[in-house]
Amino acid sequence: MTWTPDQPLIRMRDVHKSFGAVPVLNGISLEVMKGEVICIIGPSGAGKSTLIRCINALVPIDSGSILVEGRELHDPRLDKLALRRKVGMVFQQYNLFPHRTALDNIMMAPIHVLRRDRASVETQARALLRKVGLEGKEKFYPGELSGGQQQRVAIARSLAMQPDVMLFDEVTAALDPETVKEVLATIRALARDGMTCVIVTHEMGFAREVADRIYFTDRGVIVEHGPPAQFFAHCRDPRTRQFLSQIL
Amino acid sequence: MAREARAALSPLRMPLTGVQALPLAPRHGVMLAVFLAISAGVAQAQAAPAAPSIILTMLKWTPLLAQGFALNIAMSFLAMAIGTVFGFALGLGQISLLAPLRAGARLITQFFRNSPWLVLLFYCMLLLPFEVRIGNSIVALPGWAKATFGLALPVMANVAELVRGAVQSIPSGQWEAAESLAFTRLATLRMIILPQCIKRMTPPWMNLYAILTVATPLTSIVGVSEAMTLTGDILSSEGRTELLVPMYLYLLMLFFVYCYPIARATAALERRFAVR
Repeated sequence: MTWTPDQPLIRMRDVHKSFGAVPVLNGISLEVMKGEVICIIGPSGAGKSTLIRCINALVPIDSGSILVEGRELHDPRLDKLALRRKVGMVFQQYNLFPHRTALDNIMMAPIHVLRRDRASVETQARALLRKVGLEGKEKFYPGELSGGQQQRVAIARSLAMQPDVMLFDEVTAALDPETVKEVLATIRALARDGMTCVIVTHEMGFAREVADRIYFTDRGVIVEHGPPAQFFAHCRDPRTRQFLSQIL
Repeated sequence: MAREARAALSPLRMPLTGVQALPLAPRHGVMLAVFLAISAGVAQAQAAPAAPSIILTMLKWTPLLAQGFALNIAMSFLAMAIGTVFGFALGLGQISLLAPLRAGARLITQFFRNSPWLVLLFYCMLLLPFEVRIGNSIVALPGWAKATFGLALPVMANVAELVRGAVQSIPSGQWEAAESLAFTRLATLRMIILPQCIKRMTPPWMNLYAILTVATPLTSIVGVSEAMTLTGDILSSEGRTELLVPMYLYLLMLFFVYCYPIARATAALERRFAVR
């Protein structure tokens, strides 16, 4: 039960999930070591978002096993709140709280969930805003920020919980092309600092540059995976080749 | 057109506007005043030569009428307060994760929302005791208090629907984001969902208050001495049939003067919230 850093931080084994009669995940297995960055790519409807939502128990699985730091997620006794303190998530639609300022968005969870002291949280929140390049936007409401800025606040909000792993669910898909860059730069800096990241993305160039390994999913299964250089140059499966030829 | 498009894009979203498509306008007040003046003129022409003038008679009774109207306002305030508190609880019950609680809350809401107000009023007058014992002291329950409770019931059910609709109109991403930050369901409701609901709920809630206020004369049927009852009393004590039309128009005017600012404020809030 006790987890040590030489074991995978996330280990999924034969995970199945259906929504009603529609199977979405058909036996997914993958492992992520501490400090690793993996990118999950694949056509829409492949189950990428569901896969990533399983890792912080936003979506319960039907069968199989998911271990996060040795915690079994497919267990009714799972302490979901304890798990989610360790797993940060950033969404496609940012999902900032519109009635709170950027700074408040970042400070809410550490104060009310972790019960940390307000002053130290504020110091940390201001530092995080600086880190994502938004110094001076503390008092702005989400509606007053651009999409890219909102997404960077969302990243800072997740980081304020000091998670062990960050999940990114197509975080640039809703952004204007010119703001995609600033968000990707933020994630790149995180990856470089050694944060464990699971990234669902359509940005192939970014995936190739930042990922330690790339997983290609289609129709709820992992078709193939490997380090980016090998994956992009020598993919074997015809489905992968077809997908890459459409997108590159 | 824009509103329809928005409704199609987010079917769960409660329409912010449209509840009150035609708000009261100044011309409505002017029309009412003109009717009042004409009817007073006509009544004056019909009056017996020796009788006191219509205007003076109306002025003479104004303090009493105002007293009665104050009771209408008091009942509307109290019924709104009681209905809002219980309605909030009932609305939250409707979105509870506990199935029996949810079903119970929905049943109660549907029952009180679809019952005629007058029927509920009668039930309260007949079923509530005239006094209640709290500890050692006995508190009398006068008719107007019972009637207030009767009015609070449909208000409660309508507030419950407002709460449920507002909560369900918040995008699911807000819940997901809160969940992923390890907020409990209760904390999510309290700190993230409900604060956003308050803004959406305020205009329809004020609208409901205006509807409640104009419904308070219903209590005259069950014998509460509010403005409507007193108008009847005044008319019978004067015994002058020509007073009938101007007196009731005068009463209407009182309600208009009270409800008009509320209607304008509601419309202004709707506009402001619709822009954001």
